[in-house]
Amino acid sequence: MMITRILEWFGRLYIFMLLAFLYLPIIIMALMSFNVSPFYQLPFEWTTDWYASLWQNDQLISATWNSLEIAVIATIICVVLGTAASLALFRYEFRGKKLLQALLFPPIAIPWLITGTAMLIFFFGVGIGRGLFAILLGHVALALPYVIVVVSARLQTFAPELEEAARSLGANQWQVTNRVTLPWIMPGVIAGGLFAFAVSFDQFVVSYFLSTPGQTTLPVEIYAAIRKGFTPEINAVSTIIIVVSMALMLLTARFFKFGGEK
Amino acid sequence: MAGVQVSNVSRSFGAHKALDDVSIDFADGGFYALLGPSGSGKTTLLRQIAGFDFPDSGRISIGGESVERVPVEKRRIGMVFQNYALFPNMSVADNVAFGLSVRGEAKAVIATEVQRALDLVQLGKLGARRPHQLSGGQRQRVALARAIVTKPRVLLLDEPLGALDKALRVDMQIELKRIQREIGITTIFVTHDQEEALTMSDRIGILRDGRLVQEGPPEEIYDRPKSEFAATFLGDANIFRGDATGNGIRLPDGTAIAADVGDRLAAGAKASCAVRPERIRIAADPGVLDAANANELRGQVSKRIFAGNNSTYFVERAGQTLKVIVQNTGMDRLAEGQDVVLRWSPESTVLIAAG
Repeated sequence: MMITRILEWFGRLYIFMLLAFLYLPIIIMALMSFNVSPFYQLPFEWTTDWYASLWQNDQLISATWNSLEIAVIATIICVVLGTAASLALFRYEFRGKKLLQALLFPPIAIPWLITGTAMLIFFFGVGIGRGLFAILLGHVALALPYVIVVVSARLQTFAPELEEAARSLGANQWQVTNRVTLPWIMPGVIAGGLFAFAVSFDQFVVSYFLSTPGQTTLPVEIYAAIRKGFTPEINAVSTIIIVVSMALMLLTARFFKFGGEK
Repeated sequence: MAGVQVSNVSRSFGAHKALDDVSIDFADGGFYALLGPSGSGKTTLLRQIAGFDFPDSGRISIGGESVERVPVEKRRIGMVFQNYALFPNMSVADNVAFGLSVRGEAKAVIATEVQRALDLVQLGKLGARRPHQLSGGQRQRVALARAIVTKPRVLLLDEPLGALDKALRVDMQIELKRIQREIGITTIFVTHDQEEALTMSDRIGILRDGRLVQEGPPEEIYDRPKSEFAATFLGDANIFRGDATGNGIRLPDGTAIAADVGDRLAAGAKASCAVRPERIRIAADPGVLDAANANELRGQVSKRIFAGNNSTYFVERAGQTLKVIVQNTGMDRLAEGQDVVLRWSPESTVLIAAG
């Protein structure tokens, strides 16, 4: 009995520390975005000035829009291409399939610094150069393997007989995919899309290599701003991003029942 | 409705010949079982008929129309899969409606037809359920309703009862047979369960290693098997091997066994005789058995298995274990270790060419 209670207490402490470790820095940052002092000085004095001045910071706002645009477009491209590729790998046997599957994984393990350098050299070589389009291409290339891995994992739980059953009932390929296969793998497609969005939206290293002044993304802009001198506007923009992305995650998790049926 | 003709169909996967020159004529409206051990090619044959896979050579026709290069979605067949393959994201009614819906039928027509099909399989009230809320037998019925609602030309069943427990399986056998009679659809049924094949089908085709071993009505195959494999795969059989004598065989120890059934073989050729366990009479005292023209062997009971309405005796004789099944008449129980006489008539003995 005694031991059970100690273990129980220890378990609660563990969970608490885990959550504290994850969320404390974020909470402090969020609080400081509402603090008058730009130097993290206490006592805490409430203000929304930093959010107001953020609104005036055109560079930060344009970088945010760039980031969002690139992340959304990259996500759409990755989800469409990645889902199609996963279906092809699932359905068909073709020459070089094993090789192709094996080659999908290494890019995930290659450090982004190296991928970024390689992309910069390559894009210059083929005349694409730097800028938002180059960043978009880079993000698609980085995120695509994640989508394929996640959707393929979901497809592993799909019974191929379901497609056969649909075909035996007269459904053509398009109807089979739309009505039978896609509904089943949709949680995987959504999860893959979230991954792709996160990879693109969080991306600093590759974006840093491929951006030019004025054509840049939010993480790169934040980095540049910090180098010039830290302002709580960074706290403010970060807090907005955290609130929006966490809300997005929670909604998706609730809607698609990640982590099991309730 | 339509008959199905399979003519000289062969299909190889790499070096493996899954189907080797198979020809079968499936009559219109008949119930046909394809029986064989796993790897015999029965499922491959069904998939050729369905159109999931195409033969390397040979012809397949449904209702007189050549279909061997027509993909499954254009063949107008109905198929029931081993694990039912119900769409998990759809209700029972939507599952059944699927075939009509992809065809673009009007909503009202679909609703009527789906209800009729569900009523036919006695699930009229469960249309709103999800597949995971149904029992195995109910899923089976949904799969059947879904396959027949489109009025296919032929119904293909791939071991559809394999996943059900014994009692439910017998119920479903009767049910399946009733529905098949009611709509009169040509039905081809793949199974490895010989009892299922015997009780359900009008005709049976036995496959082995991609070849059709024998084909015919259940009684014919059971009573006149043309190979040792057919004799032992469909039902039980005692096999004796020896040299053909003109009206039977002679065993290596000189004992003659007379056979009235089967092929006439030239004397001296290697041959076998097959005898069903229930055709052999057994007694400790030969006086109680008819002697006229009977084949006779002596042996010793090594084991008896009592199964209520009958008993199976295992009798050792010259290094061979023979199986004898006796109806339980309440008399002549034989003990293990007892010396016995076995007798059976030449009419119950099938002569089979060796090979």
